[in-house]
Amino acid sequence: MNYPGRLLITPPPPGGRYGAFGGTYVPETVMPALVELADEARVAFADSEFLSELAELQRDYAGRPTPIYRAARLSAHAGTEVWLKREDLLHTGAHKLNNALGQLLLARRMGKRRIVAETGAGQHGLATATACALLGLPCVVFMGSEDMRRQAVNVAKMELLGARVEAVESGSRTLKDATSEAIRDWVTNVRDTHYVIGSAVGPHPYPWLVRTLQSVIGVEARQQMLEQAGSLPAVVVACVGGGSNAIGMFAGFLDDPMVRLVGVEAGGRGRAQGEHGASLSLGSPGVLHGANSFLLQDEDGQVAATHSISAGLDYPGVGPEHAMLRESGRAEYAIVDDVGALETFHLLSELEGIIPALESAHAIRWAVEHGPSEPGPILVCLSGRGDKDLDTVLAAGPPP
Amino acid sequence: MTEVRELPNRVRSVLQGGGAAPHLVPYLMAGFPKLADTVGLLLAAEAAGATLVELGIPYSDPLADGPTIQAAGQRALAQGMTVRLALEQVAEARAAGLQIPLVVMTYLNPVLRMGLMEFAERAARSGVDGLLLPDLPLEEMAELSSSAAEFGLALNTMVAPTTPDQRIVRAAQVSSGFLYCVSRTGVTGSKSGGGDEATSLLTRSRALTPIPLALGFGVRRRQQIQELAGLADAVVVGSLLLEVADAAPDPAVAIFEAVSALAA
Ligand SMILES: Cc1ncc(COP(=O)(O)O)c(C=O)c1O
Repeated sequence: MNYPGRLLITPPPPGGRYGAFGGTYVPETVMPALVELADEARVAFADSEFLSELAELQRDYAGRPTPIYRAARLSAHAGTEVWLKREDLLHTGAHKLNNALGQLLLARRMGKRRIVAETGAGQHGLATATACALLGLPCVVFMGSEDMRRQAVNVAKMELLGARVEAVESGSRTLKDATSEAIRDWVTNVRDTHYVIGSAVGPHPYPWLVRTLQSVIGVEARQQMLEQAGSLPAVVVACVGGGSNAIGMFAGFLDDPMVRLVGVEAGGRGRAQGEHGASLSLGSPGVLHGANSFLLQDEDGQVAATHSISAGLDYPGVGPEHAMLRESGRAEYAIVDDVGALETFHLLSELEGIIPALESAHAIRWAVEHGPSEPGPILVCLSGRGDKDLDTVLAAGPPP
Repeated sequence: MTEVRELPNRVRSVLQGGGAAPHLVPYLMAGFPKLADTVGLLLAAEAAGATLVELGIPYSDPLADGPTIQAAGQRALAQGMTVRLALEQVAEARAAGLQIPLVVMTYLNPVLRMGLMEFAERAARSGVDGLLLPDLPLEEMAELSSSAAEFGLALNTMVAPTTPDQRIVRAAQVSSGFLYCVSRTGVTGSKSGGGDEATSLLTRSRALTPIPLALGFGVRRRQQIQELAGLADAVVVGSLLLEVADAAPDPAVAIFEAVSALAA
């Protein structure tokens, strides 16, 4: 099959600004590397050889296009037509590989000889370790020790692939601290190292770069909806950790004003600070990890602790483009808590024979809750599969 | 607003034209080792011969700091340090007789949270002379520049071994105090600050700007400082001093001795 590789390639936003958000807030040492990365990405995205190499890998190695699937029994349960974009079927089990493959090809173009990444759920670390094995580059993945415990299988996989997983013991020992540590490593080794950031966050050009590489999700899904459902979706739903699967999905539909865009954040155990990961819904503007966006923080500007049952949503920040979309009203952001995600994890497993990632279960939950009042069709990004979450889910006890 | 200070910029003038040896600039962390240690340690650093002092205000996610300063900041925060309290302690230190210029080093988010104008005003009122924000590059500096200028604060800028020449020129133009030269690619406390990367950055910078050059990140020994004579106008020592203060029964005595030994 001819697979053209569908990225939505837009020029980088001037100054890396998304309205009042975005920007470049990093130590001077890496500023020249960010400029180089932005230049290189712009040239690569205009280079048909680069694009066709990426498209070929997406098709033959990663398994693109991923299907959309009309989930009949889930639809009956939700009371409206629900379609799933099956990023869980992508190699390594989540959308993260879309970004890692593209960034690795860029790193090779730039002559970088070493790769660092951060990971929360382990899916981005796994995707990066995979792409590094593919291209023969050494890989170091920073991961909070709390996440290493929660996602032990992914740690073992990364090591099998030849990556070194560095346990991060600072702060909350989760994604925020792993990201800080990966940036420190990059600051130290910037001359020969590329930092593969795992979501649409960070200093410019990362939010634009990651969005572009993930836009394949939305571009494919839009065409597939037209072909298979015969119409655009009424609502597009995706979970939001840093926001990469959501922005990739939204990218395909931003110019369709009648399509409602809903991002779902982690409601965790409650609305109190430290109990959730809902930066857009419950946070305030601030700067973390190189960008101005929404942030969970205390009144002194210290970054707050977060909680989510899903490691991939357990993060106090969010990509700057989401902050802009929220301000403009083009996208809306909702909250689903731990219990709702867990219930939906079981529900999708039983109704459809699909075990979703806990992150993705947040998005599906929104469709289940809102189905009765939504004419549909609702298109949900099933960002990943749930194998990695079995320990967490089993520890939480039998289905309700 | 009230009390806009019209002082000539002390941060630049005290460092200008260092003699044979570079000026010593100790870095201390507000609220470390104990919450109430700040004033005593600032006075000890001055008594031991520091020309200027840098005071860190802790931030939860300090991207430019290595393990020592990270851990010190975490402890200070856990002990209750805040931006407001740190500035109050600076005012106390001034009331207790601290004379030398003081530059606050912190990260952007706590400053944004207070508001740039309010932060600059409070800092100036408390007796702060200048600012250094390692996560605020030249591209994003305009707003803080004007707030700092309004209250007479020197905004210092940073360059690194990876910074190209034309950027060094820009950084020097934007700075109203010194130019902070990062000794190597890396974070604070990395061993072996100095060496060829530092020499080359200082030499490039000196050829491009007349403003004072301060070298920091990884400087721990008196010999390193002496070797920088003629290259750097000032040398910043941080992680070593935090380690010394933390290990000592009386941190003020320990800081006095360590700074004296380095400044000798
Ligand atoms: C399956 C899955 N979905 C979603 C996320 C959240 O990331 P993002 O918001 O960048 O898509 C993760 C992160 O690890 C993930 O593994």
